[in-house]
Amino acid sequence: MSSTNEDHVSNGTMPDDGIMRAADGTPLKQRLAKALRREKLRSFLLIAPLLLFILLTFVAPIADMLFRSVENNIVEDTIPRTVEALAQWDPEYDQLPDEAVFKALHDDLQIAVAERIHTRLGSRLNYESSGMSGLFRKTGRRIKRMDEGDYKAQFIAADKDWGDLETWRVIRRFSAPYTAGYFLSAADAERTSEGIELKPENERVYLMLFGRTLTMSIAITISCLLLGFPIAYLLAHLPLKTSNMLMILVLLPFWTSLLVRTSAWKVLLQQQGVINDFLVWIRLIDDANRLVMINNQTGTIIAMTHILLPFMILPLFSVMKTIAPYYVRAAKSLGANDWTAFWRVYFPQTVPGIGAGAILVFILSIGYYITPELVGGTSGIFISNRIAYHISSSLNWGLAAALGTILLALVMLLFYLYDKIVGIDNVKLG
Amino acid sequence: MSENRGAAVRYESVQKSYDGETLVVKNLNLDIARGEFLTMLGPSGSGKTTCLMMLAGFEPATHGEIYLNDNPINNVPPHKRGIGMVFQNYALFPHMSVAENLAFPLQVRGMSKSEQEAKVNRALDMVELGTFGSRRPAQLSGGQQQRVAVARALVFDPELVLMDEPLGALDKQLREQMQYEIKHIHEHLGVTIVYVTHDQTEALTMSDRVAVFNDGVIQQLSAPDVLYESPQNSFVAQFIGENNKLNGTVTEVSGSECTVEVAGGIKLRADPVNITGVGGKTTLSLRPERVELQPENQMDNMVDGKIEELIYLGDHIRVRMNVADNKEFVVKVRNRGERRKIAKGDIVQIGWAAGDCKALDVVE
Ligand SMILES: Nc1ncnc2c1ncn2[C@@H]1O[C@H](COP(=O)(O)OP(=O)(O)O)[C@@H](O)[C@H]1O
Ligand SMILES: [Mg+2]
Repeated sequence: MSSTNEDHVSNGTMPDDGIMRAADGTPLKQRLAKALRREKLRSFLLIAPLLLFILLTFVAPIADMLFRSVENNIVEDTIPRTVEALAQWDPEYDQLPDEAVFKALHDDLQIAVAERIHTRLGSRLNYESSGMSGLFRKTGRRIKRMDEGDYKAQFIAADKDWGDLETWRVIRRFSAPYTAGYFLSAADAERTSEGIELKPENERVYLMLFGRTLTMSIAITISCLLLGFPIAYLLAHLPLKTSNMLMILVLLPFWTSLLVRTSAWKVLLQQQGVINDFLVWIRLIDDANRLVMINNQTGTIIAMTHILLPFMILPLFSVMKTIAPYYVRAAKSLGANDWTAFWRVYFPQTVPGIGAGAILVFILSIGYYITPELVGGTSGIFISNRIAYHISSSLNWGLAAALGTILLALVMLLFYLYDKIVGIDNVKLG
Repeated sequence: MSENRGAAVRYESVQKSYDGETLVVKNLNLDIARGEFLTMLGPSGSGKTTCLMMLAGFEPATHGEIYLNDNPINNVPPHKRGIGMVFQNYALFPHMSVAENLAFPLQVRGMSKSEQEAKVNRALDMVELGTFGSRRPAQLSGGQQQRVAVARALVFDPELVLMDEPLGALDKQLREQMQYEIKHIHEHLGVTIVYVTHDQTEALTMSDRVAVFNDGVIQQLSAPDVLYESPQNSFVAQFIGENNKLNGTVTEVSGSECTVEVAGGIKLRADPVNITGVGGKTTLSLRPERVELQPENQMDNMVDGKIEELIYLGDHIRVRMNVADNKEFVVKVRNRGERRKIAKGDIVQIGWAAGDCKALDVVE
């Protein structure tokens, strides 16, 4: 604080120690903090319900998902003695584990079978190496009949896979409480004896799905922009009465069920559908060569563009509404023709709206599930369809969580890039 | 304005209607000389902006023709008219720096980079903003933005510049300063300026000629002093400067003078500017500073009035009086240092010359 400023402080309560004091002598800072504390407490109480809601429904599930994607307690929980005994075994060494390990496995499995949890372990390990599920089920049936002594031979007799080094390597590799296995699978990679490497070409699926989700989301965003920009422009420049009417038409899709709309696209786009019939009728295409527009990527892009279009139009419209008409007039008075005035003066001012709309549409579409499921066929599905499959059908939640985590990271990365390139403060919803 | 200079702008029988029902501009005929500073002055909604927009090309004329240097321009698009324009809100492009704003008209004209730079710098220096080129408009004060807007309208050397209430958003002090600056730029560059305002002081200060608009019609087109001294009708007399009005009936017209009988049977001599003849109603218009309080010599008109209010204003004293049933009759008395013995409630004599009192069309 400069001395001249201090001179202006009124009521002469500037003491020698340089601390400003209120009229009653308490330091001014303290008084201010006290005065603000009540205010802060009140605003905190006001947001508390929402905060709680968000914690329970947003933060907690995401944290749980992040945790599940690496969590791997099941092996240690189901066969604890085996895991302990196996720690001494060197997987690089060309010999089966010794009798102590087999005995531990016998003891573990006896308990596990009694509790009927051995099949769960089998399913879990089956994600890493197929055949494990059967192995555990089969062994589980035999375990009661095993005699004491020479468990090794009895296990191998029960299923010869117990004599396979690879089986033990898998158990050993996934006996730790945390695993990168789900993430490796999610990235189409696996850990082999030579280290981490990509799966054989014909088994890769997720990288391709991530790539497809990204490219199709970009395609959907671009087509939303191309279709939405002229509409928003029109809406922003029509008289209020007309534009309000048209705005209702833009919002109309929100009032109808998503499912109904998507199914309507099926009717329109299928090979015996309305559009194909029309094209055949005007002889643009041959009856034998009807277009395939549904159950593939085209179908997904068309239907999702339609569904997400309002999310592009609304921010664009509200930003365009704020662009005063005199800018374009000024540009023209300065000698710019219609195109230059639009491109150099009008368009740059719509960029915040484009940014907001594009982010909205892109992020919504990257995680979209219902529409690709219904009209995407096999070539038009997204990564989220795969996630849903793992959650509800294959029950491989760990992999689903890993895929979800990667998707989340991807979105955040793109967000970061957007911030670097365009600037996140350059986004305006109105 | 001498005749040998051809008109820079000519409105010929121009009419304009937005809705097809009412005429916003009614039969406008106006010649603007090259190098002239012409101001369109009038109350809000009188059609000034519309006239300017038709000239700039943003609104089509419903009827009539506008000429620029004797060429009809009704079918010339705005960007080919080469007219500089300053908007009320300045319309500086927010996503461009000041220098980029100024370079814009030069760029679209395909000027070389070095030429652009030289012109931009010259224009910035002209408005004394030499060091502000890299700033965004939002980082400038209102007055600075205003200067940039003026500089941008001039940077491509247009012969004609239009300004639509360019100082409307500024505070009083800044407004007065900018009035002088714009006037100096006009004198310095010799461009034709068509200026729109509703502020009569601004119009009188800056203009070569003022066109007073009301209801889509030019009421009077004159130099500022003529406008003030010799208003052609009551609207102009009311709108420009302060004005006392007295309603009455013409009883006699003789050459350059007429006699008007006002309330209370008082007969006053006046200059018959705009009257219908003997027996017709008229409104007398009289400037407060032309009235003498307690005149020492005989004057053309001498009446008594009761003092209703005295306001001391330093350089003059405002005396509100009741004269011929008009309680709003104002007399401005110059402060000469002498102590006048007047007080509220006194009945005093006032007087004025017949030539200072204009008999105009009647207003109620
Ligand atoms: N774009 C427009 N559409 C319809 N009416 C308009 C438009 N612009 C102006 N008007 C009307 O024309 C009249 C004159 O307006 P304007 O030229 O802006 O007056 P001024 O600039 O003198 O205030 C007003 O009654 C106004 O309501
Ligand atoms: Mg106006």
